[in-house]
Formats: sequence, C-alpha cells, structure tokens
Amino acid sequence: MLSGDGVLLKVEGVALAFGGVTALSDVSFDIRRGEIRAIIGPNGAGKSSMLNVINGFYRPHSGRITYKGRTVGHMRPHQAAKAGIARTFQNIALFKGMTTLDNIMTGRLLKMRGNFLLDALHVGPAQREEAAHRAVAERIIEFLEIQAVRKVPVGRLPYGLQKRVELGRALAAEPDLLLLDEPMAGMNFEEKEDMSRFILDVNEEFGTTIALIEHDMGVVMDLSSRIVVLDYGRKIADGTPEEVRHDQAVIDAYLGVAHDDERGAWG
Amino acid sequence: MLYREVGQFATSYAADQAIFPIRQDRFGMLVLVLVAYLAVPLVANEYWLSTIFVPFFVFSLAALGLNILTGYAGLLSLGTGGFMAVGAFTAYKLATAFPGINIVLVFVAAGIVTALVGLLFGIPSLRIKGFYLAVATLAAQFFLIWLFVRIAWFQNYSPSGVITAPPRAVFGHFFVTGPEARAAYKYWFTLTFAAVLALAAKNMVRGATGRKWMAIRDMDIAAEIIGIRPLSTKLLAFAVSSFYIGIAGALWAFIYTASVEASAFDIDRSFQILFMIIIGGLGSILGSFLGAAFIVLLPIFLNNLPNQLGLHVGVALVTNLQDMIYGALIVFFLIAEPNGLAALWRAGKEKLRLWPFPH
Amino acid sequence: MHIFYAILIGPFVTMAKEPAFLVEVLIGGLLTGVMYSLVALGFVLIYKASGVFNYAQGTMVLFAALTFVGMLEAGLPAWLSLIAVIVVMIALACAVERMVLRPLVNQSQIILFMSTLGISYFLVGLGQLLWGGDVHPLDIGIPSGPLTVHGILINQLDLYAAVVAGTLVAALALFFQKTAVGRALRAVADDHQAAMSVGIPLKQIWILIWAIAGLVALAAGIMWGASLGVQFSLAEVALKALPVLILGGFTSIPGAIVGGLIVGAAEKLGEVFWGPVIGSGVEDWFAYLLALIFLLFRPQGLFGERIIERV
Repeated sequence: MLSGDGVLLKVEGVALAFGGVTALSDVSFDIRRGEIRAIIGPNGAGKSSMLNVINGFYRPHSGRITYKGRTVGHMRPHQAAKAGIARTFQNIALFKGMTTLDNIMTGRLLKMRGNFLLDALHVGPAQREEAAHRAVAERIIEFLEIQAVRKVPVGRLPYGLQKRVELGRALAAEPDLLLLDEPMAGMNFEEKEDMSRFILDVNEEFGTTIALIEHDMGVVMDLSSRIVVLDYGRKIADGTPEEVRHDQAVIDAYLGVAHDDERGAWG
Repeated sequence: MLYREVGQFATSYAADQAIFPIRQDRFGMLVLVLVAYLAVPLVANEYWLSTIFVPFFVFSLAALGLNILTGYAGLLSLGTGGFMAVGAFTAYKLATAFPGINIVLVFVAAGIVTALVGLLFGIPSLRIKGFYLAVATLAAQFFLIWLFVRIAWFQNYSPSGVITAPPRAVFGHFFVTGPEARAAYKYWFTLTFAAVLALAAKNMVRGATGRKWMAIRDMDIAAEIIGIRPLSTKLLAFAVSSFYIGIAGALWAFIYTASVEASAFDIDRSFQILFMIIIGGLGSILGSFLGAAFIVLLPIFLNNLPNQLGLHVGVALVTNLQDMIYGALIVFFLIAEPNGLAALWRAGKEKLRLWPFPH
Repeated sequence: MHIFYAILIGPFVTMAKEPAFLVEVLIGGLLTGVMYSLVALGFVLIYKASGVFNYAQGTMVLFAALTFVGMLEAGLPAWLSLIAVIVVMIALACAVERMVLRPLVNQSQIILFMSTLGISYFLVGLGQLLWGGDVHPLDIGIPSGPLTVHGILINQLDLYAAVVAGTLVAALALFFQKTAVGRALRAVADDHQAAMSVGIPLKQIWILIWAIAGLVALAAGIMWGASLGVQFSLAEVALKALPVLILGGFTSIPGAIVGGLIVGAAEKLGEVFWGPVIGSGVEDWFAYLLALIFLLFRPQGLFGERIIERV
C-alpha cells in the first residue's frame, strides 16, 4: 500500500483556482508515513485550500495526488474519510446541537456496521456495538482530558475545549492521515502546550501521520519533522525546520525582518 | 428529595445509554404505561377516549414523523398533510381490495407505501437545501391532495365522493373501525401503535442513525467530511418520517374520523403538525407528544373556559383566538425556548432534583 | 398510446386551432401574473433587506385589505381609510421588527421562516377577530365587465390591476435606482455591516423597507380584493408567491416581475389546456411543480445570485 520510500501522500503539480483567483499553482511535496509535516505561509497562501484538496473538498484543475501508493482521481470527502483521512477545521466544524460524546461518536460512524432497523430494535448486536464504540470514544475523551464535559452540548463549550473535541472526533475515526488546520488558533500559552502534547502523543503512540497548518513558529519548529512553505499559492521552501528557518526566500516572505509593501490584498 | 440520583451509578455503557437511566424515571414510565393501559379506559368516558385520546395518539405519531425529518435531520417539510393522505388512501385501497388481511398489516403496508412516496419526494433534497426544500415539499402537498381528489380510482369510483372506512376488527372480535367499534378498543389500538413506534423512534435517534441525522442537520458539509453520505441519510429521514406520517394518516381516517377525505389533509394540517413540533420541541421524542397534547387540548380549553367563567363566546371567536394564540406561541417558543415544551419539562425535572432545596 | 397523445400533443393542437382563444387565456394568465408579481415584490423587498423570507407577507396583504374594507364599511371616506391603513401597516412593521426579528437576529433561515409563519397565523386570527370572517366585497369604482379588443376578451378589472401594479413597480424601481434613500436601501440589501460602517441607520432602513412592503401588500390586497372579494383565502396567495420567487430569484425585483408573469401564464395555460385531460385544478399545483424543476436545475432562479458554500 505504501511505496517503497515510506511516502503516504504525494502531491504533484497541483493547481487550483476560483474564478479568476489562483489559490494554488504547481505545488508538489510529499508526506512520509509517521511524520509530522507542517504547512506554513502567510495568510492567503493557499494552505487551507491545500488541505481541502487533499481531503476531496476541492477538485484541483491540474496535478496529481497519490495516496497510499494509488493515484486518487477525485475523491469526494466521504471517500477520503473512508480511506483514512481525517481533519479539523480552522473555524471548528462541530455539530453544535450535539454533546461532546455524541460528536466524538459521529467520528466512529465509518466503523459502525448497523442500519436503522437494527437501531430501532436496539437489541443485542446493536446495543453491544454501541457500547464497544462508546468504549473507544471514552478512551479518546480520557486521552484529551475532557471527561467533565462529555454530556455538554458543544455549542456551550469554550473555544479551546471545542478545538479539543474536534480533534477527538477526528481521532475517533482512527485515521492514517490527520489534517489539522490551525489547531492552536486563538489559544493561550497553556492551551497550546496541552494541544502540542496531544498532537505529539497521537503521532508517537498511534503512529498517525499528521499534516499541520500553524502560524505559531515556536510550535511549528518544535513539533514538525519537515515543513512546506507556501506563498501566493506556490511552494517556496521544503525541508527540515533548520533548513526552512534559514531559507532566504522564507525569511523574505514570511518569517523575515524587512520586506517591502508588496503584500497587497492577500496580506 | 424524591428525585435524587444518589447511589445510582451506571456500571456499564449500556446502562448509561438507556432511555431512562435514572430509576425514578423508569418507575415513572412504568406507572404511566400501567395507567394508560388499565386505569384510563376504566375511568374515562367515551368522549374523552374517542375524541381526545385517539386524536392525541394519532397526532403524536404524525408529530414524531415530522420531528424525525425536521427536528432531527433538519429538513423542513410542509407536505405532512399530503403524506398523511397517502397513508389514508393506500390503507383504504388495500383494505377494500383485500378484505381478508389483518388491519394492522394494512396500516403497516400503508406506512411502507408512504415511505416510498416520501423517498421519491426526498430526492431533490440533495440539491435543494434548507428553506427551498420546504417549497419542494409544498409541491408534494398540493399535488398529492389534487391527486386524491381528482383521480376517482382512489375513491373506488364512489359516486357521492364520501368514503367511509370499512369496519375491521383486531383478533377477530374487537372492532376498531366501523359502526361496531368500541371507544376503548380504538383507544388501546392507537395507544399501542403510538407506544411501539415511539420506542422505535427513540432507539433510532439515540443510536448511530440519529447521530447521522443530527450531523446532517447541524453541518452537512462537516458530516460529509467525516464519512456520512448526505443523500442516503436524508433519504432515510424522508422514508422513516413518511412511514410514521403515513400510518398516522391511515389511523386518522380509519379510526378517528371513520371517513377517508383528502380535505382532512390539506395545507392547514401540515402547518398544524409543524406547530406541534415547534411548540413541543424540535428534536425531541417527548416534545412530539407534548406538542400534540397541546394542540389537541387547546381548542377544548378555549371552548370550555369561557363557559366555566360564565361568558358566552361564539365558535368563530374561539377559532380566531386559537389562531392568535398559536401564532403568538410559535413566536414565543422560537425566541425564548426553541427547544419547546420538552426543554421546559427538562428544566422542571432539574428543579425537581433539587427540591425541596432552592439550589 | 392514447394517454401520451392526450398529454403531450393534444393540448398544443388545441392551442393551435384557436389562436384567439389562446391569446385570451394567455393575457388572462399574464394579468393574474402581474398580481403575483406584486405580492412577490413585497417578499423580495424584505428578503433583500433583512434576509428573511416573510411568509406573513401574504397575511399582511389580507390584513391590509381587511382593514381598508373594514374602515370603508364603517363609513370612513376612501382617502382617510387609505391613510389609516398605511399608518397601521407601518405600525405593524415596527412591531414585527421589534418583537420578532430583533430577538431572532442570528438564527437560521428555517427558524426565521417559522416565526413569520407564527406572525401570519396571529394576524389572520386578529384580522378576522376585528373584521369578521365573511367575504367583504370591495368596490373601488373600477368597472369590472369584460372588454373586447380585436376580438379578444379581456377582464377590465384585471387590466386596471395590471396597470396599477405596473405603475407601482416602475415607481419602486425608480425609487431604488434614483434616490438617495433608495441607494441606502440597496446598500443595506447588499451588506449590512458595510452599510452600517458608512453610517446608514440600519434599524430605520429596515422599518422603511417593511413599511414599503406593507404598502405593496396593501396595493395587492386592494386589487385582489376588488376582484375576488376580501376573504381568508387571500392569505394563501402568499404560498403562490413562493414559486414566483424561485423562478425569479429571491433577491431580484425584475425577477419577481418576470417570475410572476411566467407563473401566472403557465398556470392558466396548464389549467385551460391540460385540465380537461388530466382533471381540473391543475393550477393548484402547477406553479409548484415548475418551481421544483427550477430548483433542481437552476436553484438561484432566472435572476438571482448564485450561492457558493465555503468551508
């Protein structure tokens, strides 16, 4: 299922445009199994669009994506989910009307075998299956330390906890590839520490490959094994944190000190 | 002090997921069931049994159906009346074409046919969302009623246009429809349908099926991304909902009004059921019952209260007041408590847990 | 088979055989369509300004008409009644904005729609409480007999109604395009936040829009009432406006006009030429079927804006 060099996902020459606006042009990089790959860049660089392309929400108009060794044509989101790709969103896409536990249980849906009739009767098999999945969800709840709010409707939770619940829902699917879109946005220092710890634990304990969009450079440098840098929809650097930190193009575009006012509308 | 959960811990996930995890609730439910089956028929008179309880159970079924579609799956439908008509007329055709078949099977079959029709009208729901879907269901409503009025085949070519439901008995002897039907039998019959189907509904909504529906309701884009297939989930909601509504329609025609008329299922009926679930509580099984009870009892209350107070009010005034109260209540509940009477009930239980202490 | 011929070919043959009759039916349908456009216009105004589909628009039509007729019957002269009704409609608009829309400001479309449903029922009850449930004939001095033009029969009242509606629509269009207030209204319709940040007073604009919608409702109510008599079923006209809006797009004034004409004409043609084949009453559902087809293939209608969902 993997190609020989341990590459889980390969993106080649992907280009995406909305009407007249180019979001991505000729982006190529790969993600190796088991690594934490950060995608960084200024606002509007196309990072979220890249994740959306990977999990099938947007269809690129050129380029190729290879996942687990097979070229995937256009995967619709639920097919991506079935193939083991899970993700979180910048603006939190939780089901606000449901509790924490229910939200995480929805992440288990792909692993559930039943149908509505069995549900309606709620006899032996349905009950046992529900309990088994509940056990998995509870392990995740324990891992993320959100036991206290398991029965609270997520709409009422503070922002930081909502982000954790969203991570829990993604984890519940036992994904091979986890896409995290700014998981630390809006968090204070302690919350970021907790979240970083969770991300590292997920990667180390479960071996989940992680692709991570993040703006906090400290977090990025500490967590990731390799980094891709995007700017204006193009890749401008690709390498280890050390390499990227000292790359002149990256310093000019994003990290850097003085640069002229060419940001324009995308800044 | 009566309603404390002290000492009651769920020791298995199955126990925690039970419908009534708290012992007092289980006891209360048992008492309710016993009262409903044994005490009420003994105590209540025919008027109450036939004209209050029977429509209450039938409306509860319809409200359950619509709540599944609109409250849980978030698909607004204004076609409830039309689907009730499908159930009623299908039951009629089946009952008259196959007189030997047990009436329970006839109703279930009518429900299944309605489910298929609901499936058909639900197909646009992938492309059409939210409020526009409501307009598509209006198409269903007006078309279906027209169909049953115009196509004489549905009325078995009756010359007068008035069709009565044929007499049928359960267990050979106990007539639930037709002139020999006893009020108590009608009561038990509709009660059982309502109870069994409510249990099935509760099981569905607290399991994976319900979670899929609620995910689609809350954010269907995110639902798709975690692997839920939107079209099949929505179609399932239409099918199950229509099943319930179809049976409600058949029961309405055969057991309550004893006649099968399309005009009983017009757009006002659709609005009426919608009001039940808004007032009772969207996305709540209990709410469906509470809303149905409210709508059934309000006109009676309005009719009788002035008499009790010694005032004389005309029928027209009562109807107008009713409309005004409905309208005002809808707005009130949407603003103040969108989860309806069911939420008020839960809040009341919370208070009861603390009683007699204030906090 | 015979039935296919009857449905797919027959009616067209009938149309071709008597072109004068076809034109008559068409004109009748178009005239009804103008009335639909008028009601739909009220919906579009409110939808553009506050993003709410005001189901109660139809009831407001009824309410306006009932109030007008009630005052006439009570002996008030026509011009005074007109002013009184305008005042009442404005007061109604304010009340609805303050008591219903403001508390629900961030809720979903479905919740807002259901609240206007509630308003509608409330107004129906109130209107009938105040003015009684009988049909009130409304005579505003317009001759109602048929007129013959080049051998084609036209209903005079419908014609007058069309002229009034057309004038109103033209006046509104001019108002929106040419005046400063109109510009402010269009700004609010486009983007509330931006409008506020250039100093446009949102609340007053909303009240103004609802008041205009109320006036449009009044005009529609008077016209409908004159031809049908003012009665309860007027409120169901609101339901008919929905297919008009779907065809024309919820946010487009020219769309409401074109949509209304199409629906009116199609309905009439459907009823007259297909009714004998499949059963009368086709006009009860034909508009909705048309709307459904549009929703499947062009959900934004002929003139509406495309809705793109972003994550």
